Amino acid sequence: MTLRRVVVTGLGALTPIGNDVSTYWNNLAAGVSGAGPITKFDASKFRTQFACELKGVDVTQYIPRQEARKMDAFTHYALIATDEAVKDANIDLETIDRNKVGVIWGSGIGGLRSFEDEMIDYAKGDGTPRINPFFIVRMIADSASGQISMRYGFRGTNYVTVSACASTNNAIIDAFNYIRLGRLNMCVVGGSEAAVTRAGIGGFNANRALSERNSDPQGASRPYDKERDGFVLGEGAGSLILEDLDHAQARGAHIYAELIGGGMSSDAYHITAPHPEGLGAYLAMQDALNDAGIQPGEIDYINTHGTSTPIGDPQELKAIYQLFGDHSFQMNISSTKSMTGHLLGAAGAVEAIASIKALEHQLVPPTINLVNVDEEIDSRFNLTPLTAQARPLTTVMSNAFGFGGHNAIVIFRKLS
Amino acid sequence: MSEIAQKVKSIIVEKLGVEESEVTPEASFTNDLGADSLDTVELIMEFEKEFNQSIPDDEAEKILTVGQAIDFLEKNAGQAGK
Repeated sequence: MTLRRVVVTGLGALTPIGNDVSTYWNNLAAGVSGAGPITKFDASKFRTQFACELKGVDVTQYIPRQEARKMDAFTHYALIATDEAVKDANIDLETIDRNKVGVIWGSGIGGLRSFEDEMIDYAKGDGTPRINPFFIVRMIADSASGQISMRYGFRGTNYVTVSACASTNNAIIDAFNYIRLGRLNMCVVGGSEAAVTRAGIGGFNANRALSERNSDPQGASRPYDKERDGFVLGEGAGSLILEDLDHAQARGAHIYAELIGGGMSSDAYHITAPHPEGLGAYLAMQDALNDAGIQPGEIDYINTHGTSTPIGDPQELKAIYQLFGDHSFQMNISSTKSMTGHLLGAAGAVEAIASIKALEHQLVPPTINLVNVDEEIDSRFNLTPLTAQARPLTTVMSNAFGFGGHNAIVIFRKLS
Repeated sequence: MSEIAQKVKSIIVEKLGVEESEVTPEASFTNDLGADSLDTVELIMEFEKEFNQSIPDDEAEKILTVGQAIDFLEKNAGQAGK
């Protein structure tokens, strides 16, 4: 059977460096950091006291207050980003077949704050459970996709993918497959995370994943730099509208890019550490190239997973060199986590948007704070240090890897 | 209006996001004030917390209107923590 072609026709972003796509992109291009002291709780006793929080988001502008209070923040973020994406895609809800529109969302954790608050409240009592009836629905990760479908009446396939920091890329690949196979005409995909909480910061501190550069939050996320000491936790959401090419053209939609391939693999190695030779990353990138039917030399830019951890960063680059050989030094590589922090399950969403906007503007966003490249890293890589680089871009890859050894890669191309 | 009635009203306004003028004694939580079954459970829990009373399930099932809630809570006031 002939597979249908899948394109991106709408984007929405709610990030630590911009509450909409255009602000997000302008700040990516300008190399702005979203990090600052934690305001969501008193972090004075935590090893890490900063994060990339969202700024100035008025939830009630998008969701009526009495509905909003029945949702966790990660669901608020999902609805806000999707509001922008659906408007951007200029979807006429009255004329499209909403039974053929799905929602596949990614979240690594779900409603962490809701879980924390309820259990802390319970622990203060005498042991009698007085659990709020909305507790479970606030907390469970699939609330986000459920709420999106209810808001728009999208009655197609609906679920949430959970593969830690690879979650959104898995969501994108699943939707890609359903649309290619003709099972859906459109799908809202994306991811959201709201884990800047006591359990989130404390938990990632406990496994030594976070930067502890408290004296310099904006310089803390520094992928590939000698002084990097862990990732900076971020929060927010990204939402994309994927659509069958013919369907998009028939309704005269603006097409940002074509999604041409998705690749997946597992490290089958360790629950937090990546494979030392980057085997899983290699297999997933190879799988993505095969799926797209393109040669390694066709990739112009990789938006890497690059979280700024001592172990993770060099292994991803090793895998890139293994697969791309000397072309590794011709392409651009950057980690936009240097600016947004690490949005966990939503990382793939905001980075897919960064990759697509890079194609649109023919501009590679930088890896900020990359002052001295780690000696362990081959100096021939163009890691797009400090400032954005203009170059012709046709095909871009976006990488995401998650605790558990999950790897998921997507490839976008300018529509030809 | 009693202090209890006033507090009951403000809890309902807060939880259901309705206007105070809609919260009449005859108003039904589900038919008039837009509550679903989970909202109703939450309201009963809020009443329990606010008035430090425990409302058994078989009593809670009979509380369908604003007036019924106020009557129950006024009748049982002063028997805190029973």
